Amino acid sequence: MRRSREPFLWALFSGGGMASALLLPAIAFLLWIAVPLGWVEGGSYETLFALVRHPLVRLVLFALISLFLFHWAHRLRYTLYDGLQLYHLNQLIAVVTYGIASFMTVVAAYILWVFA
Amino acid sequence: MPETITLEVQRYRPEDEAEPVFERFDVPFRADWMVLDALNYIKDNLDGTLSYRWACRMGVCGSCGMMVNGQPLLTCATYLERLLPGPIRVEPLKGFPVIRDLVGDITDFLEKLSRVKPWIVREEEKPLAEGEYLQTPEQLADYEQYSMCINCMLCYAACPIYELEPDFIGPAAIAIAQRYNLDSRDEGVQERLDVLSQHDGIWACTFVGECSVVCPKNVDPAGAIQRYKVAATADWFKSVLTPWANR
Ligand code: SF4
Repeated sequence: MRRSREPFLWALFSGGGMASALLLPAIAFLLWIAVPLGWVEGGSYETLFALVRHPLVRLVLFALISLFLFHWAHRLRYTLYDGLQLYHLNQLIAVVTYGIASFMTVVAAYILWVFA
Repeated sequence: MPETITLEVQRYRPEDEAEPVFERFDVPFRADWMVLDALNYIKDNLDGTLSYRWACRMGVCGSCGMMVNGQPLLTCATYLERLLPGPIRVEPLKGFPVIRDLVGDITDFLEKLSRVKPWIVREEEKPLAEGEYLQTPEQLADYEQYSMCINCMLCYAACPIYELEPDFIGPAAIAIAQRYNLDSRDEGVQERLDVLSQHDGIWACTFVGECSVVCPKNVDPAGAIQRYKVAATADWFKSVLTPWANR
């Protein structure tokens, strides 16, 4: 039976790539440009905060942040592995990159849980 | 138009030299000549010992792929004119051990190709009397693009992963596996998936995409590999989420 982790890691990677390519620009445009410049209605701190309090929004944010992180981890892993040809450090690189992504995922979950 | 053009051709005669060397040849320049025509001119008129592979000289046999000025190209489809003013450097295809002059050892590719069972796999052949396996134009269209591969190995020469990880099964073998997987007559999907879902199958690929850039037949092996990754991932999730359905 195949028990390689690669399909799982690749799913996170490609999901994260898709999410960051399609959604991140929209989110960044809305939150960092359109809202601060007052181009859109209802961008006040209170409304946005109320929005983030909604469980569904929190869940979506959590999923997005985690996917972005695993996309980053996978890309960095292979940049180090193939790009810098650190083959002998394969295990270490994998543990560190996915480890950081996992840790930051937990942090994101904590922040979304506690502060929102 | 110049009268002549210079080719710097890699020579390697293992009985004479320990390392490959370059030899310069001046050949007549003709606007309708390909690099292969220039090599044939050398062989016929200047040095009959020059060794290289070629057969059809029309982009079908897939045997005349070489590094031309560092790029993997079919020499039968590369005009000298494109490479003016020269000199033109001709080397054997990168990634394959050189046997002699421009001839590489392609055993590795042939072994990998056979691993993906590049033929129509049937659990049971139907009796001849029942006639042929029919296919609609739509079913043909599903795999036709991948069936265009001529096994020229330019994609291997272009792939940085194949260079770094020689165990990687490589772009064309995966594209050809897809050619049979997507064929309505074939039943070998799972057997090929077992080979290709290993690390040195599809997962070694990091989607550099050079294979699809150099492919002279627009096979798009990089696209085939990404489609395969999606299929293999779906298969993986299925086997994890429904363990009781495992074979
Ligand atoms: S996929 Fe393209 S480049 Fe690779 S062997 Fe086939 S025809 Fe040549």
